[in-house]
Amino acid sequence: MVFRCRHALVTVAFTVAILGLAACGSGDAPATSSGQVITADGSSTVFPVTEAVAEEFQKAHPGARVTVGSSGTGGGFQKFCRSETDISNASRPIKATELESCAKAGIDFIELPVAYDGLAIVVHPKNTWVTSMTVAELKRLWEPAAQGQITRWSQIRAGWPDQEIHLFGAGVDSGTFDYFTEAIVGKEAQSRGDYTSSEDDNVIVQGVSGDQYALGYFGYAYYEQNQDKLKRVAVDDEDPGNGAGPIAPTPETVSGGTYRPLSRPIFIYAKVTALERPEVLNFVEFYLSKGAALVREVGYIPMTEREQELVRSRFTARRTGTMFTGTDSHSQITLEQRLGK
Amino acid sequence: MNPIPDPDLSTPLLKRIGDRLLASFGLLVTLLALVALGALIYDVARDGAGRLSWQFLTSYPSRRAADAGILPALAGSLFVISLTALIAVPLGVSAAIHLEEYGGRGRLSRLIEINISNLAGVPSIIYGLLGLGLFVRIMGMERSVLAGASTLALLALPVIILATREALRAVPKTLREASYALGATRWQTIWHQVLPAAFPGILTGLILALSRAVGETAPLITIGALTYVPFVPTDVWSPFTVLPIQIFNWVSRPQASFGENAAAGIVVLLGFLLAMNAVAIVLRDRFHRRAG
Repeated sequence: MVFRCRHALVTVAFTVAILGLAACGSGDAPATSSGQVITADGSSTVFPVTEAVAEEFQKAHPGARVTVGSSGTGGGFQKFCRSETDISNASRPIKATELESCAKAGIDFIELPVAYDGLAIVVHPKNTWVTSMTVAELKRLWEPAAQGQITRWSQIRAGWPDQEIHLFGAGVDSGTFDYFTEAIVGKEAQSRGDYTSSEDDNVIVQGVSGDQYALGYFGYAYYEQNQDKLKRVAVDDEDPGNGAGPIAPTPETVSGGTYRPLSRPIFIYAKVTALERPEVLNFVEFYLSKGAALVREVGYIPMTEREQELVRSRFTARRTGTMFTGTDSHSQITLEQRLGK
Repeated sequence: MNPIPDPDLSTPLLKRIGDRLLASFGLLVTLLALVALGALIYDVARDGAGRLSWQFLTSYPSRRAADAGILPALAGSLFVISLTALIAVPLGVSAAIHLEEYGGRGRLSRLIEINISNLAGVPSIIYGLLGLGLFVRIMGMERSVLAGASTLALLALPVIILATREALRAVPKTLREASYALGATRWQTIWHQVLPAAFPGILTGLILALSRAVGETAPLITIGALTYVPFVPTDVWSPFTVLPIQIFNWVSRPQASFGENAAAGIVVLLGFLLAMNAVAIVLRDRFHRRAG
């Protein structure tokens, strides 16, 4: 027994020694191994699109290696601005603070919208009274001041039943929350807190589909996959300039810019210096030419032909920097106008 | 060991009833826990059974749920946890031997002891932040298997140290004294007598620590483990993903078919854990028999 035991321990010690040697021996390996890999990270909303493009790209270019992380838009930019990734996925435009840290590190990027995502407002299919809501009504329901005050359907619009309203929405760490609050309440991250929240949209689907008096919001793709269990609510921004009356989210209204203010473009940000590597350049070009066809497949809405054309020429011209400056990120200007500027 | 004798007739009736009640209560609680576990496993196995196949185990992730597989995540988990064990086990066991057998009972060792106990309860994401700063950035390991394993090793260390110390403490004093009486030095006593006797207990601690590490997602996401990796990690510098991250990604997809993938992935992860435990039990039994 003594012998056996010693044998086992010696084996362990030996392996550790070998490991140590291996670690020392290949000390300069990381630089070379990351040289061949195309690295993308960022928003988990954009993840499925980039994953699909990476899958197809690797089929077309055997030997190419693309990795995609999903550490969130903010986490992605943090890595991107430390030059740890080649491409950053983002479900919102880059923020001023992130711009600053990228600039400080000398990272130049090209901002490339790749698809649209819509946020759907949904209720239970047995909810007969709601077919549309105005942005003002949604604001009154979701703003911080509504907490504990607006608790019944009848308080939102006269004639709706005097029943308690059960709210479901995005968790505070998600890009969906940032976006919804900015678009509806008017200020990012300002929301009432007394609602059932989840970072996982599937949980919200479950909640709303099981409760006749529920109302919730989440990404359009989740509505599309659960249409039999949910009823979407048309949204009226009371601005006839982009389509009069309430407008329901559909692929056409989301990409056409009439489903306002709850449709948003999603992006990839490409690091300019990484484009000197042919594999990264190939990948981004592949993304811009073949991506649109894959977007629909993973549940998002492609941009119009014209917009895709503008994005491609923006890339060819290597126009760096963001087109979303200041506070107007969700104002009335369309993506096409923005791209054309 | 002798069976516990029935309470004899001189025991007051009330006490005997109390005994019985407690015993039935214990049984009930155990059954409840088992039923809950069984229901969970049944639910997951039912959802995932349709997707479990050789193809699922040997394919790369894909946007089409039916084509997607778990190979890179499975290989990543296997690689990372083996490396974690290689780093954490020798360090943890050595530290415990030092603290238990050589360390004094002074203020310093008490301080260390309290700190280690506290470390065992630190939320895992904190280890992720530490790993990101120390291994990924300062030591320049990037988002490699080595960085992931080092982070998980930090997470596992306190548990390993605590369990090993408990196991060493449980070795009867008489065994050490007998060894010293035969003229053995301290190191000879530890190496030839104490360690083999404590081995089963140490092994249990190792398995607990490594099982916790294999299910961790948060620290690995923090250090930048990836979600989509279309290749199997080949060396310690490779980028990687692990089973829990892949499962989490599938769970949060809108398409229901990805939910089935997630369930199948959970079954694979459970199988992985069971296999780890089985190895430990086999090893422990072999040592038990030798030692006994």
